[in-house]
Parts: sequence; structure tokens; C-alpha cells
Amino acid sequence: MSTDPHKTPYTPSALEFKSSTFSVPVLVLTSDDLIAVEQQLQDKIGLAPEFFRNSPLIIDLQEINKKGYDIDVAELTEVLRNSGLLPIGIRGGNVQQNEQALDLLIPVYSIHNVGASAETQERKTITPAPEPETDAADNISTTLITQPVRSGQRVYSSGDLIILAQVSAGAEIMAEGNIHVYSTLRGRALAGVQGDTEARIFCSDLQAELISIAGNYKISEDLDETVRKKPVQIYLQNHTLIIKDIV
Amino acid sequence: MARIIVVTSGKGGVGKTTTSAAIAMGLAKKGHKTAVIDFDVGLRNLDLIMGCERRVVYDFVNVINGEASLNQALIRDKNCNQLYILPASQTRDKDALNQEGVGKILDELKKDFKYIVCDSPAGIEKGAHLAMYFADDAFVVTNPEVSSVRDSDRMLGILASKSRRAEQNEEPIKEYLLLSRYSPDRVRLGEMLSVDDVQEILSLHLLGVIPESKSVLNASNSGMPIILDEKSDAGQAYADIVARYLGEDKPHRFIEDKKGFFGKLFGSK
Repeated sequence: MSTDPHKTPYTPSALEFKSSTFSVPVLVLTSDDLIAVEQQLQDKIGLAPEFFRNSPLIIDLQEINKKGYDIDVAELTEVLRNSGLLPIGIRGGNVQQNEQALDLLIPVYSIHNVGASAETQERKTITPAPEPETDAADNISTTLITQPVRSGQRVYSSGDLIILAQVSAGAEIMAEGNIHVYSTLRGRALAGVQGDTEARIFCSDLQAELISIAGNYKISEDLDETVRKKPVQIYLQNHTLIIKDIV
Repeated sequence: MARIIVVTSGKGGVGKTTTSAAIAMGLAKKGHKTAVIDFDVGLRNLDLIMGCERRVVYDFVNVINGEASLNQALIRDKNCNQLYILPASQTRDKDALNQEGVGKILDELKKDFKYIVCDSPAGIEKGAHLAMYFADDAFVVTNPEVSSVRDSDRMLGILASKSRRAEQNEEPIKEYLLLSRYSPDRVRLGEMLSVDDVQEILSLHLLGVIPESKSVLNASNSGMPIILDEKSDAGQAYADIVARYLGEDKPHRFIEDKKGFFGKLFGSK
């Protein structure tokens, strides 16, 4: 009968590749005037010098390319490094800018995949979302999950998160954008985890252990009985979580 | 094609070994050549429940280490010649198991047996991981109480993400719910979760409900798998479960209490 062709002999390994998620500041440029850029950068850094010292940074050129400006990546990198920042990637650049970046050993990220490295081991169970339309205005990817998210599992989406099955108590679902759960939500749901206060949580049966939008959270005990086990939406208004019927 | 069944739960003391012994015996009694493996290295129990503890010479770890052949270690059951037991080692711990060794043994067993039942230890650590890793089907044994249900949910998450089938993107493990130590009386009093409560939390295919029964303890103590006690309700419940697993259509029993006509008419719920 079948033998397992994927087996490898057991040897203790010297290394291991793992994927983890980091939160890295993205510098979105809106002007090609390097002098103005440098000036404003210094002002910003002056506000929190410790925070910015040797901080990794991703350069986002999408805006200036949209406006039809051009910028010399080498000069820009020079400016950033002189300000004590460490560019570790570039996105939204054109072919020439990307080549320039690679010459400087700066990796090029595609605009859709930045942040999508949030793969955890549990993510293997997840049905991947279709590639978003390239001409879509938003540059985030949506994650679609069709299987139940069980206790102990964690799911992270760099965009919206849509779950068509239940989320068990002890599970944790997180999204930089909105969260939709078209079943019972019993675990923890955190939307807008990168600070998006416009993010919302939608679910068809609210029994969550914790809900949070952009860091403003409510625990199960604080949930009003009028909204428990109901289809609701949750959003932020003046730093307060509002839980309301969907209709 | 051989099927590997893991009997698992996360939580301890819910009836994994009792279930493993019963369904292995049930499958063998139906004429399928079946092996049952005790993965609880260090806390060997299956041999006691199967009544073969006095015939253990070699064990699972001996076979993994190449100190004995599989045939030397397999013990033929005295009640059914289609059933073989591979006992765990009592003197070692779970670190004596490794994925490659377990995979090899299961591959060898698959050539010869129709069903291989893996009796998982409690917990979610190495022993439990290896017991479920190669499985095709999972029998998740749950008691009708909240901690057992949550642990089962955790186990289901692990089955869905860390098994061989998940890692190689194959069809996922088929998961079945076995609700054990069920007492309709206590459900009615609100002391236990009902079948519906558990189903709502786990949303899993229910293979059967095993009623709380004194005969289970007696059977364990005498080394006879409970399924051989055809008079006991628990034994009948396991017989139903085996039949349902093999594709027979059997209505669920033991969910309502035996109050009969008047109980049904006037009982709460």
C-alpha cells in the first residue's frame, strides 16, 4: 500500500525558516522635492527621536508615481539614512525605481503583498483569498476563511477578514481592516489592529470573549444582554465602541 | 485501503482508551482485520482494558527502536482473532516516539490491516501529536461539560492544521464526535450540556452518544472491552457507533432518558 514519499530521514537541523509578522513604518512620499522631504522628516523625527533612531522603514512611492513625479531612489535613501532611518524595502515603485532599489540591496515589495507575510502555521487550513483586482483603489488583500476557526487558532489578515464558519472560544481573529463573521463569534475579534479607527466588526451571532477596534476593546462581561447572541455591527465613535443591530 | 483512526480528545479521563478498545473490537467483530495502538507511552493502559496485560513481551517503543519486529510485538486478542494490540511501553516516555518511526510502523500495518486505531494520550503534546499526525479519521471523544468541549475544540484545530493531511494539502481528516458519559437525567436538571449544546459549539458530525454506565467500569476492571457486553447500554451504544462508521443507518439512542411515554409527554424541554 501507500508509502509516504515526503518522509525525510531524521537529522537534527541547524536552522529553521519561520515566518513572522512585523509592524514596520511605511513612509508614503507625496512630493519629489527632496529638500522639503528632508526638512519635514527632521521635524517629525524631532518629535520622537528615540522612536525613529535606527528604525526600519518601507518606502512607498505609489503616491508620487500616481502624480507623475519621479524621484531618485539612491538620493532618497541617502537622505533617509542621514536621518537615522534604515530603509528595508520599497513598494509602489516603477521598473526603474525598483531596479535602483535592488542595486542598493533594498528589497522590492509588491503593493498587494506587503504585510501579507502574516502567515502563521494555522493559516495552512485557510482557503486563500483570490488575488484582488489590480485596478482596485485599495491596496489591501482580503482573507476568506471557510473552515471553523477553532480554540487556540489565530488568524491574521492584512486587509479585511471574512469568515464563513464559526469562531470558537479561545480562538483569535485579527485584521488590519474589517472583520465579518457569518456565523457565531465566540472567540476574540480585533479589527483595525494597525490603528484604523474606521474598521468595523460584523457578525451574525455575537458571543465574543473580546472585541476590539483600533485598540479600543470590550470584554464579554461588558457586553449588554440586548446585543448578545444577536446579529450586530461594531464600530468606533469618539473612542467608544458602539454595538448596533446590522439592520 | 486501510484507514487510520485516531481516538483523541485533548482532555484526560473522558474515555479515549475505553472507546479505542470498544471500536477496535467492534470493527474486528464485523470481520475487518484491525490493529489498535496505545500511544500513551509511560502510562500504558490499553492492555488492561483489552485484558492482555499478562501477555506483553515487546512494545511500541521496542519496534520503533528496531529491538523487535512488528509481528513479535503485536498481541492477538483472545476474544477475536481479527484484532491485534500494539501496547505502549510503560518504562519510557513520549520522547521515545518519533515521527519517522511511527510513520514506518503505520505504513507496515497498512499493508496487512483494514483499520488501525490509534489511542491518543491526553494533552496536545508530542504523544497526542504523533497519534493524530497520520490519521485519516478522527473520533473526538467529548464529555458533556465545558472544559472537555473546549479541549476538543482545540484538538479539532490541531487536526485541521498540524496533521499530515493538512501539511500536504490533502483532503482533511474526517472528524466525528463521540459524546461519552452522557446522562439525560442530569441534562434535564441542567447539570450537563445537552447534545444540542455540544453540537452548537463544536458543529461536528455526531457519530454517537455513549450513556454514563456502571458497566463501563466493570468491563474495564475485568479487561473486556465494553462492546462485548451486549446487554449494557454503553456496549450497545458502541456497537451502533461502529455500525454508523461503517455506513449503516442507525437512529441515535440514549439521548432521551428511558422514562417512556409519560416522561416524554410531561418531561421538560
